Amino acid sequence: MEQQELIPHLFRTEFGKITAVLCKAFGIENIEIAEDLAGETFLAALETWPYKGTPPNPTAWLYMVAKNKAKNYLSRGEFFSKKITIEIKSASSEIEEIEIDLSDKNITDSQLQMLFAVCHPSLSTESQIVLSLRVLCGFGIEEIANAFLTNKETINKRLYRAKEKLRAEKITIEFPGEKQINNRLDTVLITLYLLFSEGYYSESSDTVLREDLCLEAMRLTYLLIENEQTNQPNVNALFSLMCFHASRFAARKTGNGEIILYHNQDENLWNRELIAKGAYYLHEACRDKNNISKYHLEATIAYWNTQKADTKEKWENILQLYNVLLQMEYSPIAALNRTYALAKANGKPEAIIEAEKLNLADNHFYFTLLGELYTGIDNEIAKQNFQKAFSLAKTNTDKQTIQKKIEKIHSFQ
Amino acid sequence: MLIFRHEDGHNVASPEQIQIWMKQTMDWIGGIAAQNKFVSGTGIPFDDARVVHHNKVVTNGPFGEIKETIGGFIIVKAENADEAAEFAKGSPVLQGEGNTVEVRKIIKGNSMK
Repeated sequence: MEQQELIPHLFRTEFGKITAVLCKAFGIENIEIAEDLAGETFLAALETWPYKGTPPNPTAWLYMVAKNKAKNYLSRGEFFSKKITIEIKSASSEIEEIEIDLSDKNITDSQLQMLFAVCHPSLSTESQIVLSLRVLCGFGIEEIANAFLTNKETINKRLYRAKEKLRAEKITIEFPGEKQINNRLDTVLITLYLLFSEGYYSESSDTVLREDLCLEAMRLTYLLIENEQTNQPNVNALFSLMCFHASRFAARKTGNGEIILYHNQDENLWNRELIAKGAYYLHEACRDKNNISKYHLEATIAYWNTQKADTKEKWENILQLYNVLLQMEYSPIAALNRTYALAKANGKPEAIIEAEKLNLADNHFYFTLLGELYTGIDNEIAKQNFQKAFSLAKTNTDKQTIQKKIEKIHSFQ
Repeated sequence: MLIFRHEDGHNVASPEQIQIWMKQTMDWIGGIAAQNKFVSGTGIPFDDARVVHHNKVVTNGPFGEIKETIGGFIIVKAENADEAAEFAKGSPVLQGEGNTVEVRKIIKGNSMK
């Protein structure tokens, strides 16, 4: 890898690790110090490597520099006085023992513990996501702003509030106790799934960035699988779900970012390796038949969606999975998808009756679904529904997709 | 609460027919859940059941003289008993003559469930 690519690449992979280790050593109240020191480490690389050449082991070089910077910082004494004023109780002897351990094990442990701290239930979901992206995944403020289609200032404000909250709640960087771990894990999984979805459904035109978001969510989920305590069925199911979704990455958008709907996707572009991986982790997740989470159901639906052929068996299975998923947790999108599966399994007339009961009149997907269901049954009503959907759709991508459906209906008439 | 009273399906129907009823029941409940009106519910199988009589004598089922007994229940969110009765009309249990779905309210604050 060329140097100008290597440093940003290392930043993405190592910034989060260094920050986690330093933050674990200094305590979460000093999260900015940890971030600054990690940032200075990369600055040093940018300043030195072009002149002295890339070191033979760049990662080890970064760790060494980070460690020295942390030690220097500690010896300058600023940290002690600050720390002591914050925590008068802690004896100075304790502080001197702060050790910066950048071994693989401590990096993994620190990152996992950071993940639990950042996904603490007392933080808002918004805070959890922005902190995860910045501190654990090493995304730049501008990148985060770009992914959320907002500006740097907004993201900075969110980060500031999130860090204030971390301090105010005195959240510690540690593993939750055995009794709490399952509850805490639930919150972590919700955040990781949202992180993944932010990438998957982001309106940002930056394809690489969108994929990076998803891959980071997958990397963090995988950290949980690698750890014995957190290697739970629902974690495996979520990872499986992410693999199945990610397998369609290349197929679901055109070169200029337009969404390609599932049935128009070129399945040759589906990533077979990720599909196989998804199947493997779904199998792992299902070892305990009594422990079925909503991620299991969603992953199994995603599995069926990797079978392109429109078989009776496929749609009947998807319908039954949605039936159970909705009993477990209602969501408008699951209700709409269930009705689509109902049309495929039991026929459009039955699905139309059920669709009319859904009470989702502010949702453009609802009218898109009605449009689909009426297509071929009553094209005039279908068209009216698509037009309603068009007027409710907020993003250009959605409007484009619906416009195409309206044009298609015209070609039938 | 919607309470299903019906005969033990295993006595009156083939496994294939029971499969069809199962699917219809799941689709019916799925439809209620898709309207965000489902709370909870369960089937209660007829096999391995006991009846404890007032003298504490325990017998296996059947449950007295009536053929139609409780086979399951679901709890739905409804504004009133009429809305709940509309949900009940869709139940596949009603395909059997003599079967009923009983609509009862659950006391929970002031809301009718």
